[in-house]
Amino acid sequence: MELLNPGVGLLVWTLLAFLVVFFLLKSFAWKPILASLKERETGIADAIASADKVKAEMAALKNENEAMMARAREERAVMIKEAKETADKMVSDAKDKAKSEYDRIVAEAQSAIMQQKNAALTDVKNQVGTLVIEVAEKVLSRELSNKGDQENYIKQLAEAVKLN
Amino acid sequence: MGMASKSIKTLLVAVFSIFLLLFSANSFASDAPVGGAEKHEASSFDPAKLIMEHIMDAHEFHFATIGEKHISIPLPVILYSPERGLTMFNYSKFNHGHDVYQGYKSAEGHIIAVNEVGEHDTTITVYDMSLTRNVIQMFIALILLCLLMIGVANKYKRNGAKVAPSGFQNAVEPVITFVRDEVGKPNLGHAYEKFMPYLLTVFFFILINNLMGLIPGSANVTGNIAFTIVLGVISFFVILFSTNRHFWAHIFNPPVPGFVKPILVPVEFLGIFTKPFALIVRLFANMVAGHIVITCFVMLIFIFGAMSKVAGWGFAPVSMAFTIFIYFIEILVAFIQAFIFTNLTAVFIGQSMEGAHHDEAHH
Repeated sequence: MELLNPGVGLLVWTLLAFLVVFFLLKSFAWKPILASLKERETGIADAIASADKVKAEMAALKNENEAMMARAREERAVMIKEAKETADKMVSDAKDKAKSEYDRIVAEAQSAIMQQKNAALTDVKNQVGTLVIEVAEKVLSRELSNKGDQENYIKQLAEAVKLN
Repeated sequence: MGMASKSIKTLLVAVFSIFLLLFSANSFASDAPVGGAEKHEASSFDPAKLIMEHIMDAHEFHFATIGEKHISIPLPVILYSPERGLTMFNYSKFNHGHDVYQGYKSAEGHIIAVNEVGEHDTTITVYDMSLTRNVIQMFIALILLCLLMIGVANKYKRNGAKVAPSGFQNAVEPVITFVRDEVGKPNLGHAYEKFMPYLLTVFFFILINNLMGLIPGSANVTGNIAFTIVLGVISFFVILFSTNRHFWAHIFNPPVPGFVKPILVPVEFLGIFTKPFALIVRLFANMVAGHIVITCFVMLIFIFGAMSKVAGWGFAPVSMAFTIFIYFIEILVAFIQAFIFTNLTAVFIGQSMEGAHHDEAHH
C-alpha cells in the first residue's frame, strides 16, 4: 500500500517545520494575541462591574436624596408649626401683658381716686368741723333771742357752707 | 439503434462502478480497474494511476503533459545514504525518470540507488530527504501562516487591547477565541492556558495545509500519512507528558474485580496508543478521501470522453456541478478536520490530567 507508506523526508521536514512554527508562533503570535484578548476581556468585565457599582451608587444616592427631601419637608412642616405657635404665643402674651397692665393702671387709678376721695372727705370733715365750730361761735356770740332769727341765721350759715 | 443502446449500457456500467468506487475507498488503493474505462484503451488513460499521482507526494509540481512535453516545476532532491553520503541535485537531472544521475534513478517517483549497469542496487539504503512538493507546499503554507499570525499579533500589540479588531484580525480573532473557549476551556479546565499555544498551532497548522491543498494543482499535504503521523506522534507525547499518577493507576489498576484485570489492563494500555493512532488515520483518511472524490468527478469527464467525445462533453457539466459541490464540502471539511484533531487532542490531554482535578477538588 503505497498510500500508507510514510516518506522519511516528509516525516523529518514536517516535524522540523512544526517545531519551528510552534516556537515562532508561540512567542510572537499566540502570547501577545491571547494576552490582548485576556486584557480586553478583563477590561470589559471590569468596566461592566464598575458600571454596575456606579449604578448602585447612583441608586443609593437617589434614595438618600429622597430621604433627605422627606426629612427636609418634615422639618419645614415642624418649623412652620413652631413659628405659628410662637406667633400665637407672642400675640396672647402681648394680650395678657396689655390686660394686666390695663388692670394695674385701672387698679392704680382706683386706688388714687380712693385716696383722693378719702383725702377730700377728710378735708370736708375738717372743714365741716371748723365751720361747725365757726357757726357755733357766731351763734353763741349772738344772742339767742329770736328763735326765728336763729333758724334763719343757721340757714344763712348753712347756705354759706359750700361743699366745694 | 443497437450502437446507441450499447453505449447507454456502457455508460450505466461506468456510472455504477464509479459510485461503487466512491463508497468503498479501499478499491482505489488496490488499483481496481474502473469498469467502463477498462474496456476502452486502458493503456492510454488510467484514472486510478492519475488519482494516485494526484494524492501522492512527488519530486515535482506536475501541471500538465502536452504531447511529450511536461509542464512541471522540478524540485530539489536531497539524498542520504550511509554508503554514499549526502547527495543534492535538482530532480530535472533525471529527465522525467529516463536518466540515471550520480548512481540514482527515479522509478515511479521513488528514487532508488543503481549500480554501474543501471540495475536496482538493494545493498545501498537511501534516505530520501528531498524537498518534495508536499514539503515545499507545507513550507509556503507555514511561512504564510507565520506572516499572517505575527502580523495579527503585531496589530494587537500596536493597537492595544482596547481597540476593536479590524481587517484580518477580525477573521482570526473568533477562530482563536473559539479554540480557546470551545476546545481549551471545556476539556482542560483551568490548566487550559498552558496548552493554548500548542492547540492553536495544531489547529492552524492543519487548517492552512488543508486549505492550501484545495488549490488546484497543489499537493495533498494533510492527506499524506507522514504528515498526520508527525502530528499524531506530537499529540501522543503531549498527552503522555500531561499524564499524572491517577491516569496510570487507572490503566494498570482499574477499579474492576480482580479477574477482569488481566483483560482490562492490556485494553487500557493499548488505549494509550490507539488514541493518537485514531487521530493520524482520521485526518489522513478524510483528506485523502476528499481529494479522491474531487479527482474522481473530474476523471469522469475523461472516462466518458474515452468512450465517446459526445459522452465526455455531455457529462462535463454534471461532473463540474458535483465537483463544485464536493469542493464546498471540502472547504467545510478543512475546518472540521482541523477542529476535530485539535478538539480530540484536547480531550485526550484532559483525560490524562483528570485525576488532578479530582485531587484539587479534595484539597
